[in-house]
Amino acid sequence: MKKMILPVALGAAFAATSLSAATAGTLEDVQERGTLRCAVSTGLAGFSYTDENGKWQGFDVDYCRAVAAAVLGDADAVEFSPTTGKTRFTALASGEVDILSRNTTWTYSRDADLKFTFLGVSYYDGQGFMVKKSLGVTSAKELDGATVCIQTGTTTELNLSDYFTAEGMSYEPLSIETNTEGRANYLADACDVYTTDASGLAASRATFENAADHIILPEIISKEPLGPLVRHGDDQWADIGRWVLNAMKIAEEKGITAANADEMAATSKDPEVKRLLGASGEMGAAIGLNNDFALVAIKAVGNYGESFERHLGTQTKVNLARGLNAVWTEGGLQYAPPFR
Amino acid sequence: MSTSTVPADNSFQLSQLWRDARYRSYTIQIIALVVALSVVMMLIGNAVENLEALGKDFNFGFLFEPAGYDIGQRLVEYTSASGHWKAALVGLLNTLLVAFLACLAATVIGVFVGVLRLSNNWVISRLMAVYIEGVRNVPLLLQILAWYAVFIHVFPKPKQAEPLLGGALVATNRGFYIPGFTYEGAYLAVVAVFLASIAGIFIFRSWAKKRQEETGQILPVGLYSLGLLIVPTAIVYFIAGMPIGLEFPTLKGFNYVGGTKAGTPLIALWFALSIYSAAFVAEIVRAGIMAISKGQTEAAYALGLRPQRTMSLVVLPQSLRIIIPPMISNYLNITKNSSLAIAVGYMDLTGTLGGITLNQTGREMECMLLLMATYLVISLTISAVMNYYNESVKLKGR
Repeated sequence: MKKMILPVALGAAFAATSLSAATAGTLEDVQERGTLRCAVSTGLAGFSYTDENGKWQGFDVDYCRAVAAAVLGDADAVEFSPTTGKTRFTALASGEVDILSRNTTWTYSRDADLKFTFLGVSYYDGQGFMVKKSLGVTSAKELDGATVCIQTGTTTELNLSDYFTAEGMSYEPLSIETNTEGRANYLADACDVYTTDASGLAASRATFENAADHIILPEIISKEPLGPLVRHGDDQWADIGRWVLNAMKIAEEKGITAANADEMAATSKDPEVKRLLGASGEMGAAIGLNNDFALVAIKAVGNYGESFERHLGTQTKVNLARGLNAVWTEGGLQYAPPFR
Repeated sequence: MSTSTVPADNSFQLSQLWRDARYRSYTIQIIALVVALSVVMMLIGNAVENLEALGKDFNFGFLFEPAGYDIGQRLVEYTSASGHWKAALVGLLNTLLVAFLACLAATVIGVFVGVLRLSNNWVISRLMAVYIEGVRNVPLLLQILAWYAVFIHVFPKPKQAEPLLGGALVATNRGFYIPGFTYEGAYLAVVAVFLASIAGIFIFRSWAKKRQEETGQILPVGLYSLGLLIVPTAIVYFIAGMPIGLEFPTLKGFNYVGGTKAGTPLIALWFALSIYSAAFVAEIVRAGIMAISKGQTEAAYALGLRPQRTMSLVVLPQSLRIIIPPMISNYLNITKNSSLAIAVGYMDLTGTLGGITLNQTGREMECMLLLMATYLVISLTISAVMNYYNESVKLKGR
């Protein structure tokens, strides 16, 4: 028994050093540091990727910049940490990053058991399948016996198993670590099917040489509400994250864009717009920020729709329609609570 | 009656704890113990406190909840409805499988290369030197990834794969398929006879060896052993009405089904681990051989032994004593290096318990401790077995 003490203690030591940073007061920490630490993916077209200048770009990245702008007044004061599906939660739980914005599905166990707080839904997604057209498959129900490439450490892994069990079909999983590896294996025919969130499939397909040779099957087998998240235990920080996201959505609803935000703040007659942009009331102070936090954030990255169209929309290579992600006034699900 | 020249001095002074050689070592040991214990206590206390601050408890109940994910390569029955412990077991067996295969292959290749490295043939010895220096100086992870890429790009897709050896081997970029056994009827009798034959071979060999030592007569042991291995089993097999059949892999839908599959991740990992570790084994073997005095070889030649027999009967048995201890640590390295499996999607213990299970349940502490403890047990077991073997071959004091 005595021998076991050392490994146990060492394990405890590693865990302890990594956990000790997880304390309340994230806002103060961030302000003191002068930068926001934000976990993103290791590279997923449209969501988070580095452009030719080495600068992080994307829909998830924009959200990080918006938070940095709201908290620090500088959209570039962000340290990005690329994380895999497997490392992301440890990075957040250990306090290595302040916020996680990495197409992460909001589920009960992540919320309650992993002790995270989800800040809202930035993208309504669902799991889909991509196959080569040459396979001649038109429906996921024809995939019995196929080899499936799947990113480990994600909800897709569990959905996939549930779906094939429910349909009474069998499959061979090929577990891979990152989206890049998944694409490589899929293109080399090490697997017949690549499965992940439909948005991720579209993003991957956009980077293929012959995007038209691949189809995304019509079946969407799960609900994947993706959103940013923070650790349990710091409600102020969670409120900041939640309301930056909501502010971006409200801005779209109210027609506030990066270009006209200043003008709207000065001239708008709409009381909610004035409150949102800090032209009236002391709204920002309630979460420890300047009253114009939303204005600064919107000026930095634009409203929700602008960010979407810039990185994911039909004008981009990723080519995703707004669909469920249109604001509620236009038949979508994006519905932010009122700013009052 | 004995007289003491030094009168007993019972007065004890505190400074003696440090100055007096009789007490000093105790003092140092006690201080070291106290320091070590307080560090351990501090670490445990810190971990407990931080877990509490996060609102996380410490228990292993999650191991019995359904895992919910599937595993491609598995040695035991497993479905996504099995518990996390079963997934960990599948992973553990996969780790042991690849570690065992790699240890075996690395030893065979390594001994071969190590001997050839000392060859008098300049080309061969240089070639081996190039192999050893090239392979052992490139990071293992890169080699694993490179071999995997080679396997998935070089071998054909399942639908284009041509079965080789009359359907007994199908090589695709998703894995290699060989026929599997199907059992029916009185197959147990055949298996029992087969096992009995193996035991018989061992008995026969030790008897033949004894006979040789006593009379000097040499029997064709290899031929007899082969006969003993095949003939009785074959007779029982046909008498029992051929209860064990072969199932050949056939292309059905997307993949080959039936038979036994070794997936590309397993093959690539095995290949990379073996090639990499064999370079180290070769150097150990070379060192062992070079440590044997040249006089031994010359003496053997003088007795008329051919070079091959000199190597296998005179030099290698002696160099084993030098080779075994570093080999132990090499085997441990292979086992631990197998945890790089996740890079190619081979679901070993690190991939299941330390990967997906950890991620889906969020139990970092529990999973990591369990994982480390398991690797520790595996390593200590390997090292115990090898040490036992080392005892049996080392120079006995007579």
